[in-house]
Amino acid sequence: MKNPAFVYHQPDSLDEALALLAKHGDDAKVLAGGQSLLPTMALRLGPPEHLIDIGQLPGLDQISVANDGGLTIRALVRHGAAERSDDVARHAPLVHQAMPHIGHRAIRTRGTVVGSIAHADPAAEMPAVVLATAAKMVARSVDGEREIAAEEFFDSYLTTALRANELLTEVKFPPWSVESSGAVVEVSRRHGDYALVGLACRMNISGGLISDAALAFFGVASAPVRVVEAEAALVGSSPDSETFGRAAAIVKAALSPTADIHGSSNYRKHLAGVLTRRGLEAATSKIGVPA
Amino acid sequence: MTSVDVDSTIEVSFTINGDAFEADIEPRRSLSDVIREDVGLTGTHLGCEHGVCGACTILVDGEPARSCLMLGVHADGCSLTTIEGLANGDELHPIQQAMHEAHGFQCAFCAPGFLMSTLALLAENPSPTRDQIREELSGNLCRCTGYEPIINGVETAVRLMNGEGSKS
Repeated sequence: MKNPAFVYHQPDSLDEALALLAKHGDDAKVLAGGQSLLPTMALRLGPPEHLIDIGQLPGLDQISVANDGGLTIRALVRHGAAERSDDVARHAPLVHQAMPHIGHRAIRTRGTVVGSIAHADPAAEMPAVVLATAAKMVARSVDGEREIAAEEFFDSYLTTALRANELLTEVKFPPWSVESSGAVVEVSRRHGDYALVGLACRMNISGGLISDAALAFFGVASAPVRVVEAEAALVGSSPDSETFGRAAAIVKAALSPTADIHGSSNYRKHLAGVLTRRGLEAATSKIGVPA
Repeated sequence: MTSVDVDSTIEVSFTINGDAFEADIEPRRSLSDVIREDVGLTGTHLGCEHGVCGACTILVDGEPARSCLMLGVHADGCSLTTIEGLANGDELHPIQQAMHEAHGFQCAFCAPGFLMSTLALLAENPSPTRDQIREELSGNLCRCTGYEPIINGVETAVRLMNGEGSKS
């Protein structure tokens, strides 16, 4: 399929990009790695009149670690660079765990971490990782900059809290605690496909008991979802198979996944239960931080 | 800043298999179309043209990428390698020789993508396990073989490139 026609903009600076977004907002799309947007355009799913290509902008490809141990990923960091980064493996280990699930090697060469978050496919890994880690999205426009909390960012299918004139310039992951562990697990039809159901989970274990938990599912609704009832049931319990089985039962009761030709709602419910146990069991081994 | 209207072009230059190339390109055109139609190298095949089949995989600055999921203008300043860059005259690249010996392909429409993905894999990991080969080639679809002969071909390539001869 050939791309539809569009007016093409290649800004030389972030300010130029923001000015273009201010002018063309509703009729424009921002192109970074293009691994989701270009197929969407080729399939004529709401092609934009204006394409603002930020791929060449300087200074947006950094991964940085703050003094408090928080990790920031800027707009043009490719999946492949995040996958190979020791800083990501230590300070945002759930991002590291998500990478091998994302597309295939050739897709990860070009696709960007932040682009995947802004694209907000409900079956994609990164939006759920953002939710499970309570990361913050930094949005810039000609009017200034604001931070958007993870739980307020994902509205619906391919729809976020970003305004038409805003660009997602970076995503800030909070410091990963030495008490934290976590895992990203999923079931997909073929390796590299979008998940039928997936889970990004995080647990803090202190004094042998779970002190905090986050269960963020993807592929089960029009946006990634946390199942707070199951998280609450985990807190205060010991991290064992009985506790995980109880959480899995709550997850299955709480979710009503959408059905499609690849799986019924009941099958996806079942998978969510299986992945709850599988994810939490994997999450009993520590990941991240000490080097 | 560069802004161009529908149907206008941008000047783009890159090297492809070591040769310099320059052209004025409409931004909407995919890199795969530019390679096939403007450069005239038709070894890069187009299956789905939306990033699913992997047939159009090439190397961009040494890394594998889907040429159908890049715009031609994205190649500006890049060094590209396509399937035509593999053989040295009439002498097949060891990966091509290995696929030939292992009867890796049947119709071979998907072969250019598989070969470029294999080239990227072996550059990074000269002795991959069978599981690593499967993982690395999972983004390439073949509708003929069931994949086993292709994986055998990669294993043969590993032996050839490590100087162990072709027969197991």
